[in-house]
Amino acid sequence: MTKTVRNLLLAVLALAPAMTTAAPSGEALAFTCAGCHGTDGSSVGPSMPSIAGMDPEVFVDAMKDYQADKRNSSIMNRIAKGYTTQQLEDMAWFFARQRLHLLPQKYDAALAARGKILHDKHCEKCHEDGGRPGDAGTLAGQWMPYLQHTMDDFMSGKRDWPRKMKRKVDAAIADDGKQAIPALIHYYASQH
Amino acid sequence: MTKITRRDFIRSAGGVAALGAGLGFPHIALGAARRVVVVGGGVGGCTVAKYLRKLDPSLAVTLIESKTTYTSCFMSNEVLSGERTLESITFNYDGLRRHGVEVVTDMAVGIDPVKKSVTTAGGRNFDYDACVVSPGIGFKWGAIDGYDEAASETITHAWNAGPQTKILRRQLQAMRQGGRVIIVAPPNPFKCPPGPYERASQIAMYCKHHNPRAKIIILDAKDAFSKQGLYVEGWTKLYGYGTGNSMIEWVGAAAGGKVESVDPSTLTLQAEIEEFQGDVVNIIPPQKAGAIAFAADLVDGDWCPVDKRTFESKRHKDIYVLGDASSAAKMPKSAYAANSQAKVAAAAIVARFLGREPGDPTFVNTCYSVVGEDFGISVAAVYTLDAANNSIEEMPNSGGVSPANASPEIRRREVSYAHSWFKNVINDMME
Repeated sequence: MTKTVRNLLLAVLALAPAMTTAAPSGEALAFTCAGCHGTDGSSVGPSMPSIAGMDPEVFVDAMKDYQADKRNSSIMNRIAKGYTTQQLEDMAWFFARQRLHLLPQKYDAALAARGKILHDKHCEKCHEDGGRPGDAGTLAGQWMPYLQHTMDDFMSGKRDWPRKMKRKVDAAIADDGKQAIPALIHYYASQH
Repeated sequence: MTKITRRDFIRSAGGVAALGAGLGFPHIALGAARRVVVVGGGVGGCTVAKYLRKLDPSLAVTLIESKTTYTSCFMSNEVLSGERTLESITFNYDGLRRHGVEVVTDMAVGIDPVKKSVTTAGGRNFDYDACVVSPGIGFKWGAIDGYDEAASETITHAWNAGPQTKILRRQLQAMRQGGRVIIVAPPNPFKCPPGPYERASQIAMYCKHHNPRAKIIILDAKDAFSKQGLYVEGWTKLYGYGTGNSMIEWVGAAAGGKVESVDPSTLTLQAEIEEFQGDVVNIIPPQKAGAIAFAADLVDGDWCPVDKRTFESKRHKDIYVLGDASSAAKMPKSAYAANSQAKVAAAAIVARFLGREPGDPTFVNTCYSVVGEDFGISVAAVYTLDAANNSIEEMPNSGGVSPANASPEIRRREVSYAHSWFKNVINDMME
């Protein structure tokens, strides 16, 4: 989805009155996620990703992958299967409108500095603005254990790489070897 | 054209949304603030108080709770094993105060549904436009002959966390080498269905390191229990379950697990077939709704019937009952269920104050159990309302428990998810 289209839709949604009848509202649906993903999608639990401010298309794609058992998930596949596509979209737009609140994490400054170089060279093109919420998954300030689990799944082949990502990660590893992924994770952790 | 970044735009869109919401409530500003009185400072009560203020900051929300701090029952089994301290599961109510909730330390003893007023032990009255009752569970003392509140000083229930948890922890630490722990598991329905079995698991984890010849016997009033297959898998892997040398033994109802009486002076239990004697005995008694639910005439039998669209009491108008005390089948009596129900009730109350029909509800439950080192398991469900039958039903082809024989990596992650779940639930209810 282009930013212009999304921003226009967000503006329309912001002005629309809250739905009070018919199916559960996006807000009501999204409220049920907070026990694991934090109030309005800002997680305070290091293994659960924050989903506030997430791009709606990324959100729906992720949930559809969970529905299809395409991710190495423990619980999200079981939960995602409980929703219709319309409900996923309603939730997605709710989270897109939420401000992301990040908590500081302990990181290694030297690794983070290497990570910034790797990010700028290999990752920034898709994960723009240092990986802040945008058209790709949120990385900046995201919890380190979650990022580690995610990268483990990509590296072990348990999750399909998004387009171009494997080539970029391979290039980062060619640059920095085993340190590349820890460096990236520490860099994102530094960006709260 | 001026470049507006996406974040700027969302920020301004959010601002417009807030303005729009403000314009939506003009009549509130003209009259006195609507008052909601919340009875009980557990998951249901705290969550509803926070979300009422979040959905409509014009509301005057008062929460009445007898204790000055909240100690969660979830994760308290990790206190028994020494994995965490009681302090790590104890929280004050300052977070709710920051959300503009008035927190009153007192005990609600009566509710007058006609005058719409809550009376406290301290002799105060709190008038309400809507009242939310979330008192948790009470115990059926005497259901097991010889087990009453006085006996719980030596034979703990530890099913409301706090001093009881500390007593049980000390008893486990003081137990002789090779001693026997007996856990008496209650009949359905009860708070935290997987909890007794997680308790056995956590005690086994402690004993494995500190008392390796100890035995843990679960005497159960039931023939099956929550997450049973996964527990058995974990117990087999970690504690020798199924072998002659198993640390954990489960005696279901058919095998004579139902306990009829107890002699607290000798720690002897009379079950249906044989007698059991323990070095440490923990009885989780049969349960019913908390005391205020009975005092306020909100029960039908042991639990409180509610309209599952709103969680309004079926017995008294403008009183809502949440969490363990409510009759909310098919949702379990769990922390996450109470948290989910509270948001439905908050939205319904706010809608009604605006003269609108409450929207369709939606619910989720997630629950983690830590069976041992690097072995976590979970159950999850997405629920929808069946309005015609006033029942809450699981969405088909979704939910369920963790897969059997999952990889060690998934089991390990579920432990870390359990701990993150805990942080987010606490945060969402009271921070």
